[in-house]
Amino acid sequence: MSSYETVIGLEVHVELKTGTKIFCDSSTEFGADPNTHVCPVCLGLPGVLPVLNKKVLEFGIRAALALNCEVARFSKFDRKNYYYPDLPKNYQISQYDLPLAERGRLDIETPSGLKRIGITRIHMEEDAGKLVHQGTISTTPYSLVDYNRTGVPLLEIVSEPDLRSPEEARTYLEKLKTIIQYTGISDCKMEQGSLRCDANVSVRPTGSHIMGTRTEIKNLNSFKALHKALVYEVERQVGVLKAGGAIVQETRTWDETKGITLSMRSKEEAHDYRYFPDPDLVPMVIDREWVEFIRSELPELPDVRRLRFVNELGLSSYDAAVLTDTRELADYFEVCLAFYPGPKPLANWVMGDLARLLNAGNLEITSCPVNPKALAEMLKMIDDGAISGKIAKAVFEEMFKTGKGPADIVKEKGLVQITDEGTIAAIVEQVLAGNPKTVDDFKAGKEKALGFLVGQVMKSTRGKANPELVNRLLLEKMR
Amino acid sequence: MLDIVSMPAHWLQELMRRREISAEELTAAVYKRIDQVEDTVKAYITQTRDEAMAMAREVDRVRAAGEDPGPLAGIPIAIKDNMCTRGTRTTCASKMLENFVPPYDATVVEKIRAARMVMVGKTNMDEFAMGSSNENSAFFRTANPVDPGRVTGGSSGGSAAAVAAGESVVALGSDTGGSIRLPAAFCGVVGMKPTYGAVSRYGLVAYASSLDQIGPLTRDVTDCALMLNVICGHDHRDSTSVRWQAPDYTDFLRPDVKGMRVGLPREYLGEGIDPAVRAAVLQAAENLASLGAEVEEAELPHTRYALPAYYLIAPAEAGSNLARYDGVRYGFRAADAEDLVDMFMKTRSRGFGAEVKRRIMLGAYALSAGYYDAYYLKALKVRTLIKQDFDKAFAKFDVLLSPTGPTTAFKAGEKTDDPLQMYMVDICTLAVNLAGIPAMSVPAGSDQGLPIGVQLMGRPFGEGDLLRVAYTLEQVGVEF
Repeated sequence: MSSYETVIGLEVHVELKTGTKIFCDSSTEFGADPNTHVCPVCLGLPGVLPVLNKKVLEFGIRAALALNCEVARFSKFDRKNYYYPDLPKNYQISQYDLPLAERGRLDIETPSGLKRIGITRIHMEEDAGKLVHQGTISTTPYSLVDYNRTGVPLLEIVSEPDLRSPEEARTYLEKLKTIIQYTGISDCKMEQGSLRCDANVSVRPTGSHIMGTRTEIKNLNSFKALHKALVYEVERQVGVLKAGGAIVQETRTWDETKGITLSMRSKEEAHDYRYFPDPDLVPMVIDREWVEFIRSELPELPDVRRLRFVNELGLSSYDAAVLTDTRELADYFEVCLAFYPGPKPLANWVMGDLARLLNAGNLEITSCPVNPKALAEMLKMIDDGAISGKIAKAVFEEMFKTGKGPADIVKEKGLVQITDEGTIAAIVEQVLAGNPKTVDDFKAGKEKALGFLVGQVMKSTRGKANPELVNRLLLEKMR
Repeated sequence: MLDIVSMPAHWLQELMRRREISAEELTAAVYKRIDQVEDTVKAYITQTRDEAMAMAREVDRVRAAGEDPGPLAGIPIAIKDNMCTRGTRTTCASKMLENFVPPYDATVVEKIRAARMVMVGKTNMDEFAMGSSNENSAFFRTANPVDPGRVTGGSSGGSAAAVAAGESVVALGSDTGGSIRLPAAFCGVVGMKPTYGAVSRYGLVAYASSLDQIGPLTRDVTDCALMLNVICGHDHRDSTSVRWQAPDYTDFLRPDVKGMRVGLPREYLGEGIDPAVRAAVLQAAENLASLGAEVEEAELPHTRYALPAYYLIAPAEAGSNLARYDGVRYGFRAADAEDLVDMFMKTRSRGFGAEVKRRIMLGAYALSAGYYDAYYLKALKVRTLIKQDFDKAFAKFDVLLSPTGPTTAFKAGEKTDDPLQMYMVDICTLAVNLAGIPAMSVPAGSDQGLPIGVQLMGRPFGEGDLLRVAYTLEQVGVEF
């Protein structure tokens, strides 16, 4: 393996959450009953005409700016002609030689440091429908077509062949997803198909500057699939070359169950798409002022935010990376911070208990039942000594379960910390009297015995005793 | 006294306003006329009698209630069968769409309905508007009402014939390379192709999107202006529709051409033009000159490249536009297909006629990898040169005058075996579509009883100039 270098470029499709489709008013909502989000235009009925949804252009420009691309001054739509039943017009309205944006870049973290990946181009196009087969495509007696997805706006984001390993490819896709999500133009849900990825892969002898023959891998439906398919494909290509063979330029599909890539069609079988400018859509002259306005409205992007979390909040780079992974999580964190200016303990709670409970409940941060103000209040109660850290865990779970505020829960459950020295001293006396052997052990130098005694005190106060006080009183009495 | 079925719309409107006839009577008279001549003329693919009578009665009710139902309310109109009509089949004269019933109205059809015009039916045409004689209809040939052995011209032959034969009062056609103007000339009626973008194409089944434009066929120039008032204007559903406020076209109906500059492009009067047609054009020029117009020779040097450019651009767009007819969603589907590709192939092989298939293949070829630059791209460049020819000419002239067709209506079957001969019929009309400018055909005499049309071409949105010149020619009258 070491004698070969891997070269990967990714073509990523992102579905835009514009609410309505790219060339008509039909809804883009996912998961509706088949063929309910359709109209004459997206069904391509005879006589209909497309009219560009301006929001698609705006979202496209937003992505382009977030990926440091040059936005075209003049752009147009073209028809990509091919026959397939999920494509009602038998051509796809896409962009060919004058895409929306070109020459962008994205920085990824690699084990050897930051690496700049070029973005070749970004273009707008319409999505196709969905075929539903009975069983597999080759054995199904008939296929049904759902046109709900037809005309849903897509951005195709093409990277330069700058990626040098399956790991880099995966990191790139993750980073791209985060950036796109930050711009608010797409959900980027791979499992729902709102983020899709094809990979171009080739290998070449290390040190060579000539590109090897590449294959295109399709059907990569998760980050895991992308990584596994690339690892497989690189190995396959190296194997072919080492055995003295040659790579065939072709399109291959990733078979998830078998864990292999399979040939779909060769270069000779490739379509001639007969691209030409779509005469139904007028070319776009993109106003510079509008582009600058969109730039000014861009949210803080993940790299900038992460650095700010490190430099201004004093968080570790790991914490900052986790907290800025999605815009929603970072927003949640920052709203909490406005009520409770302690970044580190806040980060611990958000990344610890909160993340754990969200995960267990399969919830997104946007539907988190604990509002930021409540979390801040709870942290203040810890600082004030009203509850212990341990009690706080229980309180937080209850907050998460019921959505109630921390003060209410503490009151209802009688969880207020016992800080009265006399009350605790009495319990300490009882515990010491009931465990003479442990007291002897401690006096004989067994440090662990103290822990047991603390536990006993806590047990008889149902965890409400102030732990520091318990510790101090125990030590005093056993001296 | 003229029969009401041969009167222009503005006369009929006057009679209805004076309560001398009702819209219902007028509509009934038109259908009676259809019953008399349709066996010979065959202008209609579908008639919409019940709907028409209901609309006519509504117009009468509105008028009886003392309201003004609108300037063309109650006027019977025929619509070319490539404009979508909700609930009424829209076939494009193709087996492929023989039973296709659109769930929506074209924008022009909406406008027609809003104007309370009475839709008589859907007219015959060359399949998917590809043809110059109406002989490419998958169903039957429409006969020229002047001489049933001759063609109507195409592709809006049914619409022209319906107006000429009294089977409607006005009609809508579509014009991609002369499809309104040529049948207007052959049948002796007025036909206008407006500026590209002046009339919405939404709901017009596309042949060649960058060239298609809807326009009226009428009995006189006044009706043409009235129809433009109904159909012109911006439509948010058509990206190529221009944002503008259309004028009141009747303002241009003045018998006055004093000081207007009229050009006679020499390329349109040369070889291949029938002497009688040329004489009619020169006569019209003389008439205009005698009324104070400045008539001079003009030049459009790239004219001879219009036809080859057209037969690359139009088929390229057509091949893509017609790709949707695959048997999957609507329309004809071959029943005995073995798999998907077989279904596509059998459906399209049997559903389309020969001329449609010829143009689809031409288009696929023109756009193929390795040929694109030499054919499609070159054609686009030629198109620009042709546009520039017109720009230069219109710097000097207000309108250009030429023949509409090189001959009068030819005999049915005369050119069906020779596509190139058939294509040549459009040599005077194609360049206008490539340039996107407006043009109209006006009756200007006859030869051996067959109507001759002259063509007026104007600068973009210069429909008013055309109407003014056409109206003047009409008022002068022509020598028979």
